[in-house]
Amino acid sequence: MGAIMADAWIDIGAADDIPRLRAKKFRLGDETVAVFRTSADEYFALLDRCPHKGGPLSEGIVAGRTVACPLHGWVIALDSGEAVAPDEGCAPTLPLRLVEGRLHLRWP
Amino acid sequence: MNLVVVGNGMAGMRAVEELVALAPGRYRITVFGAEPYTNYNRIALSSVLAGDKSLDDIVINTRAWYEDNGIELITGDAVTKLDPTAKTVTAASGRTISYDKLLLAVGSKPIAPPIPGLHLPGVRAFRDVADVEAMIDAAGHEQRAVVIGGGLLGLEAAWGLKRRGMSVAVVHLMPTLMERQVDAPAGQLLQRDLDSRGIAFFTNGQTEEIYGADRVEGVRLADGRDVPADFVVLAIGIRPNIDLAKQAGLDINRGVVVGDDMRTSDPSIYAVGECIEHNGQTFGLVAPLWEQAKICAARLAGDEAAAYVPQPVFTSLKITGIDVFSVGALTAADTDDDEITLHDAKRGKYKKLVMRGDRVIGAVLYGDVADGTWYVQLMRQGKDVGDIRDRLIFGRTFAEQALGRNEPEMDVAAMPDGEQVCGCNGVTKGKICNTIAAKGLTTLDDVRAHTKASASCGQCTPIVRAILAQAVGGAQSAEKPPAMCGCTALGHDAVRAAIVARGLKTQADARRALGWTNPDGCQKCRPALNYYLLCAWPGEYRDDARSRFVNERVHANIQKDGTYSVVPRMWGGITTPDELRAIADTADKHGIPTVKVTGGQRIDMLGARKDQLPAIWADLNKAGLVSGHAYGKALRTVKTCVGSEWCRFGTQDSTGLGIKIEKMCWGCYTPHKVKLAVSGCPRNCAEATIKDLGVVCVEAGYDIMVGGNGGVTVRVTDKLVRVATEAEVLEYVGAFLQLYREEAHYLERTAPWVERRGLDYLKRLLVDDAENRRRLYERFLYSQQFWQNDPWAERAAGTDAHEYAALETVG
Repeated sequence: MGAIMADAWIDIGAADDIPRLRAKKFRLGDETVAVFRTSADEYFALLDRCPHKGGPLSEGIVAGRTVACPLHGWVIALDSGEAVAPDEGCAPTLPLRLVEGRLHLRWP
Repeated sequence: MNLVVVGNGMAGMRAVEELVALAPGRYRITVFGAEPYTNYNRIALSSVLAGDKSLDDIVINTRAWYEDNGIELITGDAVTKLDPTAKTVTAASGRTISYDKLLLAVGSKPIAPPIPGLHLPGVRAFRDVADVEAMIDAAGHEQRAVVIGGGLLGLEAAWGLKRRGMSVAVVHLMPTLMERQVDAPAGQLLQRDLDSRGIAFFTNGQTEEIYGADRVEGVRLADGRDVPADFVVLAIGIRPNIDLAKQAGLDINRGVVVGDDMRTSDPSIYAVGECIEHNGQTFGLVAPLWEQAKICAARLAGDEAAAYVPQPVFTSLKITGIDVFSVGALTAADTDDDEITLHDAKRGKYKKLVMRGDRVIGAVLYGDVADGTWYVQLMRQGKDVGDIRDRLIFGRTFAEQALGRNEPEMDVAAMPDGEQVCGCNGVTKGKICNTIAAKGLTTLDDVRAHTKASASCGQCTPIVRAILAQAVGGAQSAEKPPAMCGCTALGHDAVRAAIVARGLKTQADARRALGWTNPDGCQKCRPALNYYLLCAWPGEYRDDARSRFVNERVHANIQKDGTYSVVPRMWGGITTPDELRAIADTADKHGIPTVKVTGGQRIDMLGARKDQLPAIWADLNKAGLVSGHAYGKALRTVKTCVGSEWCRFGTQDSTGLGIKIEKMCWGCYTPHKVKLAVSGCPRNCAEATIKDLGVVCVEAGYDIMVGGNGGVTVRVTDKLVRVATEAEVLEYVGAFLQLYREEAHYLERTAPWVERRGLDYLKRLLVDDAENRRRLYERFLYSQQFWQNDPWAERAAGTDAHEYAALETVG
């Protein structure tokens, strides 16, 4: 991680490679990052770790701007990474931008 | 299409409510009401009379509700003529309206005996708002009231008038009160308690005459007794209102005759409620009316399968501080029947259970009614209570201690007010009771909204429901089923019915047509809708992987570390050296860290990475091994013992039969996972009696056992039927699974489903009705042709390759 400049955008591929209502995950340094696509073609990037027990959020069911963790059903807001009440916790989000059909990711 | 509803009462309007939820806009609805009010809760009239509620409190639907739903409401104009040939109705005002479908919900009329003096001023029935207003008015300036009739309604009337300051006498034809609902000892306790509250009784009292010059002055009985009165209430009973049906030439008997589909002899005319007669039975209590309304609405919405099945109903009396409860048989009427009683006259407590063999068929409770709902539950389930019979009468807590189990949720009567019910929101029993009383709450949702009890994790829901039931008595049956999820107000049954009735074939269509608030749905409803659609439209609906839980989407079980486990099918638990070698070689080749034998007689390979799965499956496929669906809400295993081929006790070829069943059933998706077993003799080595469906072989054939579960709550199966041949076993298995597939709620195992519907219901549909069983079996087989493809082979060959792609490193 130290080698990557904090403000460097990384091209992670074509936005259309991610199906609607699904996620694709990427290895970034020591972390796994999940990039989600909603039914309205919004894209969000989160660390692929549920704040509860570390479950892979990328495997969850996406609905609206939420994903439900496959391990114990916590629901995480894609835009903030916050768990939906009554659960409490936060999955860190990463800045993501869409440039001419390609997704760019960077460290926060 | 025009739907005209004759009758603006509880049954008719409940049917309309259900209908507009199921099929909004399908009909232009016009409702005629004879009374000048909107729809109100007739049961609560006693509470209005007693001064516990106002008329406003008992309104069910306001005029705004009718307007919002596009329903034309015509009040104060009774329909006087029905012409089934011209398909028109005509009201007293002369207004004539034509219909495509008609719903008759005209209720009942008070029985008026042929005695002189009925028409004197000061004589009223107790039936509608006008009667109650007349009674309240009389209580203001008259002294002495006589109520003729000591049944449920008469006693509530007597109590209400007493509360309003009148001196009240009850004249009753029979030796004991409420003889239709309770037996003689309970009736005597009831009379004693009401007597001590100042109501006088004239039992064995046949009214000969109501007399008076200009208005009522008294009631004379056949034995010469004379009861002076300024006001008389007739509450002898009700009879179905068949006037309109009779005039129109519909089939009538005591009531308007309807079939299981709630249709009268005219196929365009439906009827529900107190005006009907179904299988020789008429209705005067509210619970069956709700069920009739539901079936009628489903039929009107186009669901051709909806059928009315009467359930045992219970009665309770709405007099503060007097607890009476009864259900089913009141006395032992048969040589097979007997009674268990507990009678503590001094404390005013009485309990009686009527038993047929080791099953409860009736209960009468006085003074201590807390276990009433439990007895009803035992009745509905047709449960064999032989193991707790000697403790049954002392109530649930004590009885279940004998089984080493004590479920606290029904102990609400004994629970102190300060005890915390909802741990999530810190709500006590006292808070719940006070809020119910202060706000007049009647539904679980209301209690949740006002107190937050059971609004979070929901674990305390049964306790909150029990507290509500205790607080409001029979009224809690007015509660609607819980919503499927936050996206809709509809319950699972309503959604399933609408999918079929309205031909909804995609998730988007279903969500749009049924008014979902979230266009994507949510993680709760999406898997449920996906299942309901694939079950309703086999071969037509395209399965949506994005609405599947990860395990079903990737065809393996996710583990806590994000790796997966792989379980190939072993038909009936039989394997071969070649298959075992293939499993060993595959485990070695892919570095599988753990190999375990499962409880379902197969082998689990744990710790595979997702990207390894297609290659693992390809290797297993080469040896003929296919997916075991160990990850799905689907058929899991058919566990067997070795049976007559090897075992010296075996009576039939249980292994062979298990393999045949598994070959027929593999690949089918169900509301929740399904596990089967076949045992070769009653020693039951395959543990068939804790499976969703178990076959226990006997010399004479095969016992088919259903609804078992070995999970958190162990439930032993109920015996559905004994059959003679393997072919019959296969037909029953297919039919049972299809009925479960078509009727259960998503994520509802067979055990709670069987408990909810009751064994009698299943027997009626699967055992008694051979034609229905055959049709279910055929629908099962039809659906199976679309699902018996090995999902592993498809994915090993490249389907959904993106799902299994290796992790890409970026940056």
